[in-house]
Amino acid sequence: MRYAAFLFGVFLLAALPAAAQLVDPTVTINDKFSERIDIGISTNEIAITSDFSGADITVFGAIDGADELLLATFAYDVVVALEGPRKPTTVRRKERVAGIWINRHSIQFGPIPASYSMSSTRPLADIANLMELASRDIGINNIRLVPTGSIGDGSRLTEFRDALRRIKQVGGLYQRDPTGVQFISKALFRATVRLPANIPVGQHTVRAVLYKNSQFVMEKEIPLRVVKTGLEQFIYNFAHVYSLAYGIVAVLLATLTGWLGSVIFRKD
Amino acid sequence: MTIYLPIAELSVNIFVILGMGAAVGFLSGMFGVGGGFLITPLLIFYNIPPAVAVATGANQVVASSVSGALAHFRRGTLDIKLGLVLLVGGLAGATVGIQIFSMLRRLGQLDLIISLLYVVFLGSVGGLMLWESVNSLRRAANNKPVSLRKPGQHNWVHRLPFKMRFKRSKLYLSVIPVILLGFAIGILTSVMGVGGGFIMVPAMIYLLRIPTSVVIGTSLFQIIFVTAFTTVVQATTNYSVDIVLAWLLMVAGVIGAQYGVRVGQKMRGEQLRAGLALLVLAVGIRLGFGLVLPPDEIYSVVSGSFGF
Repeated sequence: MRYAAFLFGVFLLAALPAAAQLVDPTVTINDKFSERIDIGISTNEIAITSDFSGADITVFGAIDGADELLLATFAYDVVVALEGPRKPTTVRRKERVAGIWINRHSIQFGPIPASYSMSSTRPLADIANLMELASRDIGINNIRLVPTGSIGDGSRLTEFRDALRRIKQVGGLYQRDPTGVQFISKALFRATVRLPANIPVGQHTVRAVLYKNSQFVMEKEIPLRVVKTGLEQFIYNFAHVYSLAYGIVAVLLATLTGWLGSVIFRKD
Repeated sequence: MTIYLPIAELSVNIFVILGMGAAVGFLSGMFGVGGGFLITPLLIFYNIPPAVAVATGANQVVASSVSGALAHFRRGTLDIKLGLVLLVGGLAGATVGIQIFSMLRRLGQLDLIISLLYVVFLGSVGGLMLWESVNSLRRAANNKPVSLRKPGQHNWVHRLPFKMRFKRSKLYLSVIPVILLGFAIGILTSVMGVGGGFIMVPAMIYLLRIPTSVVIGTSLFQIIFVTAFTTVVQATTNYSVDIVLAWLLMVAGVIGAQYGVRVGQKMRGEQLRAGLALLVLAVGIRLGFGLVLPPDEIYSVVSGSFGF
């Protein structure tokens, strides 16, 4: 049962001034080109409800000032990525010691996106060269993983990085869809990015990058907040802000449940 | 149907959680144990972060021990004075245990130590209980009298100073071993998320020679307070008590326990102990395999608060 939240927001050029009030876009532009990319989502907040089991969000966008001929020959490529909040992350490696598998080595990485969901018009390798993609942190394999603290002799660093990416992908936190961005008319595109059920809450970023004939044209970012709602939010805040009261409530609830159980089912 | 757990920060199938709670409740009602030693490993098998599983397990045990202790209190099989002395040690042990828990979490060895403790305790307690109950079953089959307690027989425990009279238990006993036992169980409560009944009950019977009739009620009585204390301290130091998860487990557990009690009453004591021993051993062996067999993934990733 997958609850899909389709958030529509078609931002045509005329609607753009209004959109600018909603979100605060961050823009990087390559001045060589005159084309511009714009994206929009209908909300800047995703709510996690108690039955949340993942969601799809749809990002709409347009290429402004696109050359008709180049559009027809698919010279433009778009990558849309939803990046989760950045968190310091530790990777640990188990080793067999006296017959038991225990965590022996660990490498800490500086803040990396806790989740990363990416869609593109084509596989990344066909869009631009590796150097270009890596310089902009585009793609699961290009997310910068900078170790902080001790890395030993450094010989294992690659293994640890690969393991981190693999585990994030297996757990659904890092995903990619090489055909997730589709042109719906000449200059208008739609991108679907998937939010996993275990999506971290916090400040996420929707990044859209435009390439023309493998050359970087422009990047635009808009923030997207993922929040717990209602009871979940209340419980989480309560547990963190009033932790003593929370603990006491947890105990009272348990006492009450246990007492009710013994009263309801009492036979003597 | 999925439900989002606000503290564990993941979505789980509500029926799996309720099923777990009911099954453990049934077994705990049948064997007269709190069930924490089953709940915590089950939650970890179901991918709940071990820190949340341990803290939430302790909270769940509060409910099942309140339920059980009330029943024993009505029947008069609860020695409050003995329980209070155990509790002194228990609270001190739980305080120390929380510090150990937080330290292990920082070192990244928490899941290893939890598994190791489970394997050692479940393995040894299960093994001893099985051996004892099989012997009783054999004696019963040969029509010889079955007795756990041999009155008049004393061991080194009874030569210790600071003796106190426990009327309900008909005992004159030093408080030192009682407090030490409570202290040890208190540590286990906070590190393993268990009530500790599965260790305390045999220790009280075989080591302190407390009459079997008051042992379960008294151990449940002190477990209420030690697990309640642990829950509060876990909530304030590690923020790892998931009240939604705990409540689902409690409700299912309390209901399951009622059916377990009925089945338990139809069985003989030795059979019950043998059954419990097999169950304890099975959980221990399952966790032991997890430590020894090569894991599918030798790497693990920690990000944010409970990522391991």
